[in-house]
Amino acid sequence: MIHHSSLHDPMAMGATSAVAFGLVALLWLSYLGGVWRTRRQKPWPWWRTLLFTAGCLTLAVAFVPALMHAAHQDVRMHMVVHLLLGMFAPLGLVFAAPMTLLLRNLPAGGGRALVRFLGTRPVRVLTHPVTAAMLDIGGMYLLYMTPLYVMSMATPWLSSLLHLHFVISGTLFTWSIAGPDPAPHRPRWRTRMAVLCVAMAAHATLGKLLYAFGWPRGTGADIEELQQAAMWMYYWGDLSEAVLVAALMLVWLRRRRRLMAPDGSTVHMSAT
Amino acid sequence: MAVQSPVAPDIRRTMIAAILLGIGFMAAIDEIIFHQLLAWHHFVDTGSTALALASDGILHTMELVFLVVGAFLMIELHGRRAQAPGYRGPGFLLGMGGFQTFDGIVDHKILGLHQVRYVEHVWLYDIAWIGAGLIMLAIGWKLLQRARQGQATSQQ
Repeated sequence: MIHHSSLHDPMAMGATSAVAFGLVALLWLSYLGGVWRTRRQKPWPWWRTLLFTAGCLTLAVAFVPALMHAAHQDVRMHMVVHLLLGMFAPLGLVFAAPMTLLLRNLPAGGGRALVRFLGTRPVRVLTHPVTAAMLDIGGMYLLYMTPLYVMSMATPWLSSLLHLHFVISGTLFTWSIAGPDPAPHRPRWRTRMAVLCVAMAAHATLGKLLYAFGWPRGTGADIEELQQAAMWMYYWGDLSEAVLVAALMLVWLRRRRRLMAPDGSTVHMSAT
Repeated sequence: MAVQSPVAPDIRRTMIAAILLGIGFMAAIDEIIFHQLLAWHHFVDTGSTALALASDGILHTMELVFLVVGAFLMIELHGRRAQAPGYRGPGFLLGMGGFQTFDGIVDHKILGLHQVRYVEHVWLYDIAWIGAGLIMLAIGWKLLQRARQGQATSQQ
């Protein structure tokens, strides 16, 4: 059990939930609006809409007041929220190709401006897989192995900021590794696969470290609770990471099939 | 499936895909049966160093990646009908046996990540563990020789 601050009363949490629900609903409606507007000129794959809906629902579930309340008292429930926000919701949001939909909806000038903006150096650095992995996995090391975790429990704005960080860094990482949106400056396949493997190893190692050394410290939680949270992080993280590996391999498979010579002879291709 | 005409089987790629799948499959059995269902293995041993845990994390990641990559390599070979008959079984067994032997020697004994089971005479379990790996390696090797001589069942 974590000591309770008076700041974290159910009313304040209800307000956070309401704001989060509103934002998620806005996100979902914007996507639906984009699909609706352009569906006549070119149909939008229904499964992308389904993925976006699933991503939004996953986000919404993480902000259900009962779960938020439980996550505030139990490290295991916090880990569930972390997995939902940072690892599973991004899969739905990213593989729904929101940027492609946005480009389709923007007027030509707006589209060019967006592509130019994405090509600027700061955005390119920020959306590089290495940066995204550092923000995502590095952020987790920082959160769980420093007093930041306990601080976030006592400070509502820090806690909200952390939720936002989970969503943004998770989405950024997923997008930079295996996003289906066209990205002219995306590093080659090999780099992305390598970064993904390193990030996965860092995530698995963090799970083992949390388990072995009883992090996050200072919560007052007993060791069994911490160890179970670490194990959930480890095994459920595997699942979302396996999806990312499969997405990258699908890119490889499609490219290889395109490159195969029509007579069936093997064109030796290095996956770039 | 762009290619309809039969093509020469790609032995090298079939072996690679089968070995990766074998490693991933054996590792999955280890995680699911011995870690979770039987709970013989511990998630982490008390006294493990951070370095040993990092090596465990890296190994675990490789197992998962091998499983997915191996499956996609097989799908790709299947798509152009280039799976080499007779080589899938030996590759799979060599991967399984190789992982089991490596796990028994390096993970359990050298790195000391965890033991097979927390009982007296753990060496009996170690012999069974590593022995099972060596048996799979031996059968895989035998089957590989048969495939090379064109005598595997799926080559008839």
